[in-house]
Amino acid sequence: MSGELKVSNLVVRAAASGVAIVDDVSFTIPAGRLLGLVGESGSGKTTIGLALLGYARNGTSIDGGTISIGEHEVTAATARDLRGRVVSYIPQSPASALNPSLRLRDQLLECLPADHPDPAGALEQALQEVALPTDAEFLSRYPHQISGGQQQRITIAMAFIARPDFIVLDEPTTGLDVSTQRHVLETVRKLVAEHGVSAVYISHDVAVVAGLVDEVLVLYSGKVAELGPNAAVMHAPLHPYSRRLIAAVPDVTGRRRPHGIAGGAPSPFARPSGCAFHPRCDIATPACSEAVPELQFAAPQHLVRCINVGTPAPTYQWPTVPEVPGNAPVLMSVRALEVSYGSNTVLHGIDLDLRRGGCTALLGESGSGKTTLARAIAGLREPGQGTIEFDGVALPPSVRRRSLEQLRRVQYIFQNPYESINPRRSVFDTLLAGYRSLCGKPDDADALVQQALRDAALRPDIARRYPDELSGGERQRVAIARALIVSPELLICDEITSSLDVSVQASIVELLQQLQESRSLTLLFVTHNMALVRNIAQDVAVLENGRIVEHNGVVELFAAPSAPYTQRLIEDTPGFVA
Amino acid sequence: MSATTGKSRSLLRRALSTWRMRIGLLITLTVALVALLGPRLAPHDPQKFVGMAFAPRDLGYPFGTDYLGHDVLSQFLSGGWLLLTLAFLGTILGVGAGALIGIWAGYARGRVDELLMRSGDVMLAFPQLVLALLFISITGPNLAVIVLLTGLGHAPRVARVMRGAALSVAERDFVANAAAMGMRTRTIVLREVLPNVSGPLAVEFGLRLTYSIGLIAGLSFLGLGVQEPQPDWGVMLNDNRVAFTMQPWPVVLPVLAIALITIGMNLVTDALARASAGIDRQVQG
Repeated sequence: MSGELKVSNLVVRAAASGVAIVDDVSFTIPAGRLLGLVGESGSGKTTIGLALLGYARNGTSIDGGTISIGEHEVTAATARDLRGRVVSYIPQSPASALNPSLRLRDQLLECLPADHPDPAGALEQALQEVALPTDAEFLSRYPHQISGGQQQRITIAMAFIARPDFIVLDEPTTGLDVSTQRHVLETVRKLVAEHGVSAVYISHDVAVVAGLVDEVLVLYSGKVAELGPNAAVMHAPLHPYSRRLIAAVPDVTGRRRPHGIAGGAPSPFARPSGCAFHPRCDIATPACSEAVPELQFAAPQHLVRCINVGTPAPTYQWPTVPEVPGNAPVLMSVRALEVSYGSNTVLHGIDLDLRRGGCTALLGESGSGKTTLARAIAGLREPGQGTIEFDGVALPPSVRRRSLEQLRRVQYIFQNPYESINPRRSVFDTLLAGYRSLCGKPDDADALVQQALRDAALRPDIARRYPDELSGGERQRVAIARALIVSPELLICDEITSSLDVSVQASIVELLQQLQESRSLTLLFVTHNMALVRNIAQDVAVLENGRIVEHNGVVELFAAPSAPYTQRLIEDTPGFVA
Repeated sequence: MSATTGKSRSLLRRALSTWRMRIGLLITLTVALVALLGPRLAPHDPQKFVGMAFAPRDLGYPFGTDYLGHDVLSQFLSGGWLLLTLAFLGTILGVGAGALIGIWAGYARGRVDELLMRSGDVMLAFPQLVLALLFISITGPNLAVIVLLTGLGHAPRVARVMRGAALSVAERDFVANAAAMGMRTRTIVLREVLPNVSGPLAVEFGLRLTYSIGLIAGLSFLGLGVQEPQPDWGVMLNDNRVAFTMQPWPVVLPVLAIALITIGMNLVTDALARASAGIDRQVQG
């Protein structure tokens, strides 16, 4: 079996306008090797992944180039026969990729050719490879009866069971806990090597890619920015975009601080002239806007699309985590808090103090109860027992019973900016509606909104826009502006960067730190991301199964974690130092 | 990773870009215009006896005369505006009340929800026409009562649909945020939830409008709606059906008009529904 994948000059176009969403992409993956495909949202990663299966989304078409896997050519005519047998796909969200009304056994057997000589044997082997039970009881379960990690391993088993030559993995560990992620990545790596399969690993998580793949392709606005061996691209990136992208990744050791890239990846429909990155590039020259640079060899096997490869990168001024005196007064204190959903208690006896002007990270994996705790503090989820004191006064348990003044002082920013802003209000209207409700009619609404936008580092013209005209990062800044406009004292940030690109995440973190200092804001930063905690918080509370197992200063906690759970989290987090 | 689409377009403009919507609007507006401008265009006074009963088509009366010798064309042209106006008012009333009740129930949940929706269930237990017959047999044919009954019949049905639509919107974080910003229930229902269910609302309106037309024409047909001598499509059907084989026009014309406006409205609602669900959407560029 030869699973070498050869892609040359792949072009995917939008049918209506003829714009190339993916433009002239070529690469080769030898059998048994992994290629990592990284880039920001909208750079065309998934479009390439789907094109490798001979598939183009509605309204787009594969318009040029050739894709071959071993001796097979992937074309519109052959794709249907090749899928599953020669090429397979592991999707981002296993929960929606598995058919909820099929038992696991049927789910897996569906992926085998009808004339397979030994389906039972293949099934057992496939499950063993992904370290799942093979007994009849497990196989007769439905997808909702197994955990998210198990679901993802089922999709991996489905992809490998028919022994394909080439696999596309589209962000398969997004949404998984670090420990589960590590198991899944090890499984993928082992299977690829054992079966001589070539694979593309699509991810926005640069740290995961750095620890997994053999070669890295950095994609920007549908074009290859840089392509080379993992170590070379990750540790000595040549393209200024790769350099900035890697600089934006938070480092779990805390030796280097994340640094964002201003602006967002351009849509293929509004690509700047010349090099698409030049408006955001820190070493751009006038020539950069004139012609699209050619992809050139910087070293054998290392391609880069930049005319200023030799120019050294400017040194960045890393911001520092603000110091908070140990004797700062307590702003909020939670005592013996318990929250239940029906008979299921998700938070047990939570005690938590937040110091004024400090940033406390609330760290936990999915299901640990961290969002429930944050919501209980904000009054969005009524606790069964316990007290929440704010500035020495007990807060009523629900927003309905809190006074407007109490509501104003504690602001909550939601995880998903696509859900937390009313799509039918303009930004101006969104910002003002909250202010009107909590603070009354403003004297000068325009000035107020403009100030809030400036505080959240947004352009003034955003006020007239509607949410669907904004990028994810801009939306999250609007949510921040909506909180800032009422001058809160405590800002609860619930996983606010988890749906954003690393480049955007880094700039949001920078913004929050500036605000923390300039307005002496107190932050409660809820996250599952260890590396991010290291770079934003002064102290960390670790939540496991609804209990706080450890609460300590960030330096002390990372140097000597006392709870076994914290130790495991730190161990399983992919380390990455550029 | 979804590719960013271009500027958002309103539901109406999205729907208007489809042939379904354009054809539907054309048919609906044509029938509505005929009904509204009809009384001015009628060649004769619809209540004047212009000839023999059931006279065949003639130069003076292109669709012949009806059972009393009225001009059919004039009757037809004058008999639509009241029906459509009543149907429109009844629909506004029913869809408006139903939408507010449904959205409120969907947002508030709990006891408010149970109370509103179970009361609606009681009303749903009676078929709309039977309920209308019951009331009109008590009050006698009265146009205000007809509008009220049409609205009353629609409200629980609309509330059902709008509650379903509001449920998923009410779960979204921006609604929780509005509550955390201290906004009152009224503001949340009207400003946060309602604009986000405008798609299903538009669809409900179109659908209910055709039902209203059918219901009111049906009542008139039964003699409980619009009363003679006011010309009306429903009344025309009832009066002239005995001689259908001899003089079909006084039956065919109103039926055709009601059928056309129903088809037209259904095309419009279908286009709106598809646009709000994003069925025909393409990658913008």
